[in-house]
Amino acid sequence: MSDTTIAYPSSDPRQLRSTTGAAARSGPASKRVVTGYGFWIFILSDMVMFSAFFATYAVLLGQTAGGPSGRDLFDLRNVAIETGFLLASSFTCGLASIAAETRSAIWFQLAMAVTCIFGLGFLAIEGSEFASLVGRGAGPTRSAFLSAFFTLVGCHGLHVSAGILWLLTMMAQVFAKGFRADIQRRILCFALFWHALDIIWIAVFTVVYLIGSAR
Amino acid sequence: MLGKLNWSAIPLDQPIPMITSGVVALAILGVLVWAVVRGHLPYLWEEWITSVDHKRIGVMYTLLATVMLLRGFADAIMMRSQQAIAYHSQGYLPPEHFNQIFSAHGTIMIFFVAMPFVIGLMNLVVPLQLGVRDVAFPTLNSVGFWLTATGALLVNISLVIGEFARTGWLPFPPLSELTYSPGVGVDYYLWSLEISGIGTLVAGINLVTTVLKIRTKGMNYLRMPMFCWTTLATNLLIVAAFPILTATLAMLILDRYLGFHFFTNEAGGNMMMFMNLIWAWGHPEVYILVLPAFGIFSEVVSTFSGKPLFGYRSMVLATMAICVISFMVWLHHFFTMGAGPDVNAIFGIASMIIAVPTGVKIYNWLFTMYGGRVRFETPMLWSIGFMVTFIIGGLTGVLLAVPPADFLLHNSLFLIAHFHNVIIGGVLFGAFAGYTYWFPKAFGFRLHDGLGKAAFWFWLIGFYVAFMPLYVLGFLGMTRRMQHYDVAEWRPWLIVAAGGAVLILIGIVFQILQLIVSIRRREELRDRTGDPWNGRSLEWATASPPPVFNFAILPEVQGEDAFWQQKLHSQRQDLEKREPHYEDIEMPRNSPTGFVCAFFATVMGFALIWHIWWMVVAGFVGAVATFVVFAWRDHDEYIIPAAEVARIDRANLAGRPALSSAGGA
Repeated sequence: MSDTTIAYPSSDPRQLRSTTGAAARSGPASKRVVTGYGFWIFILSDMVMFSAFFATYAVLLGQTAGGPSGRDLFDLRNVAIETGFLLASSFTCGLASIAAETRSAIWFQLAMAVTCIFGLGFLAIEGSEFASLVGRGAGPTRSAFLSAFFTLVGCHGLHVSAGILWLLTMMAQVFAKGFRADIQRRILCFALFWHALDIIWIAVFTVVYLIGSAR
Repeated sequence: MLGKLNWSAIPLDQPIPMITSGVVALAILGVLVWAVVRGHLPYLWEEWITSVDHKRIGVMYTLLATVMLLRGFADAIMMRSQQAIAYHSQGYLPPEHFNQIFSAHGTIMIFFVAMPFVIGLMNLVVPLQLGVRDVAFPTLNSVGFWLTATGALLVNISLVIGEFARTGWLPFPPLSELTYSPGVGVDYYLWSLEISGIGTLVAGINLVTTVLKIRTKGMNYLRMPMFCWTTLATNLLIVAAFPILTATLAMLILDRYLGFHFFTNEAGGNMMMFMNLIWAWGHPEVYILVLPAFGIFSEVVSTFSGKPLFGYRSMVLATMAICVISFMVWLHHFFTMGAGPDVNAIFGIASMIIAVPTGVKIYNWLFTMYGGRVRFETPMLWSIGFMVTFIIGGLTGVLLAVPPADFLLHNSLFLIAHFHNVIIGGVLFGAFAGYTYWFPKAFGFRLHDGLGKAAFWFWLIGFYVAFMPLYVLGFLGMTRRMQHYDVAEWRPWLIVAAGGAVLILIGIVFQILQLIVSIRRREELRDRTGDPWNGRSLEWATASPPPVFNFAILPEVQGEDAFWQQKLHSQRQDLEKREPHYEDIEMPRNSPTGFVCAFFATVMGFALIWHIWWMVVAGFVGAVATFVVFAWRDHDEYIIPAAEVARIDRANLAGRPALSSAGGA
């Protein structure tokens, strides 16, 4: 048994090293690493959930039940604006992270506020798109295709809404308590969440709107 | 005001649910009154309900599982007796009731017995085995547990208010759609699983992060005890599979509540998509359940053979192989869908391949025992019973993985026999082995030995008597879920199977007796060494029960079987008993967040089931507000001063002459 020590002294090729070095040698990782890592795992699980909705959308894409298809419904100009808003909000969210890193409360609040406005703009466009579809008789109950469309895009929209609530909470927390270590960790998680929504939106843009309007 | 809810929801005309729920309500009331009158309520609130200690949460998970096991078993024995009676007759359970019973039995046994049992044991043991003080996210851990409890509560409320699903443990559309299941039964199923599913996901994220990021010094991946490896694999599967369940059930909810067309017959819905999605979760789920059991058996077999686990690295490899392959076999649950011979062949072969790593594990356990000094304590009996039983179940599984055979046997009692063979023989025996093995660690005294062995033998023999006839019945053409039948040659086998259920019942009675007797005689069963079985991994390096901080000084690991090496080392070196240098320890504060959040989740789930929309909003706002309040608090940790740590550790070490300190060596 004692030879195990010699057999693999650094037998951790996939240590997923953190900034603090190999966990194996230094014991438990720091709180920041643990929180960020756990949140990454959550984001992965969230992406798995989205993948189920994506798969469903792919299966049901042609099931229009005699109703309108993506070609008839999607307005790519609107979607481009939505995408622009979301990407811009990701940039300002990055600025907020830098501001948090440098503990600059004003810049943090400003960047978060702009992020919030972009996010709300995105939601407004999405909301009006949904409303106009329903108004034209192309609501989610019209066909399996539209059920899948509204669920996938709506699920992303719900995530953005939750993100905005979280964003406002973070602004309030920084305002009330400053850049405490635990609040910094939450800002880190929020930023991960917000950027992940961007990644998912890229897939939505491609799979739902580009491929969808080709049908 | 109250949505669909009115007095007709309470089945006053049906004696069985009314009497059962009456008795249960009295029992709960009795416990509550006892707790209030004896003044235990503050203790329960401060030490258990709001606890964020992984050991306490683990115990509560396990307790939930055992209570729900009784409920699930009550359903089982009702089904067995109904089928023993219902030859050319209606038996005593009307069809709509019988259908609810088999649905509730499956749902409860998988989601509220097997899952909380294994998650509870993982919670209890893994941080101890890794030599650390806590899991990655203690408060979320509590939230996860209470959300699981919410799901269990909702399922049980359906006994009294309304009805449960009649669709089987997986609500296949179009039967589960509003057209064919207009009642609240399916809604109870959907919301309780959505809510408890979130709890499971939280537990999964927590344990993955714990194993990957929170290990003591020197605890390399390839020095981790096998149970930590299977925990890692299981929780990776939870993280990857449970979101699919959440999404799938959400789609069915949208179909039922808002008239969407995911799985409906009309407007382009595709019900086979439900099969694909639900089994893309459902097959990994099988391994989510059984992998922790494999880990438990690895620990138990190695401890009671007095040898290191044979082929440790191959065991790790086999575990991770199962983890990956389990995602590639889901279609074998519906070979008859008509995907064609090519697809069926691929999935059939994949299903057979997954038996290979499992076989590797069986051989490793056998070779661990080979040449060892095997002690036949109760956990070891469960392990040996498992090996024999699980091989039979595995082999019938390989048989079912052959598509042509599956065409004949699917949906028959052969299938029922197969999966009970692996789930009882694998998961449940594993859970019982772990329960007996780690009980002294959790509570500081052993379980009564003789009663435990009696329970084992009744369970084992009862299992064979109850389920081997079901294989025969499958070959005789009996399909599952039959409320009555008119084939004379089935009857004797069904009567034998009912007898087997009675034997299992006796086993359960022995288990309850064992618990009562052990608690009453706890002083003579007391374990003062912290190491009652001569264990090998770090959970035995601390006191039983461990102090809240687990280890006064985090141990430093030099190789596999860390505690065994520590013991050898301290014998060899004859270490002088040097007082270690104690330091302040920071621990997370208790928090009612989990309990309060689950309370609102219960309100919200119940309101959603009955379409009480104002209550839905209230529950949702309450749950969100709870989290904001939690996020707002300023002190989420407290300090245990070094002097206090030293006092506790000295007292613990007094009972253990072999060790200089939990951390030393």
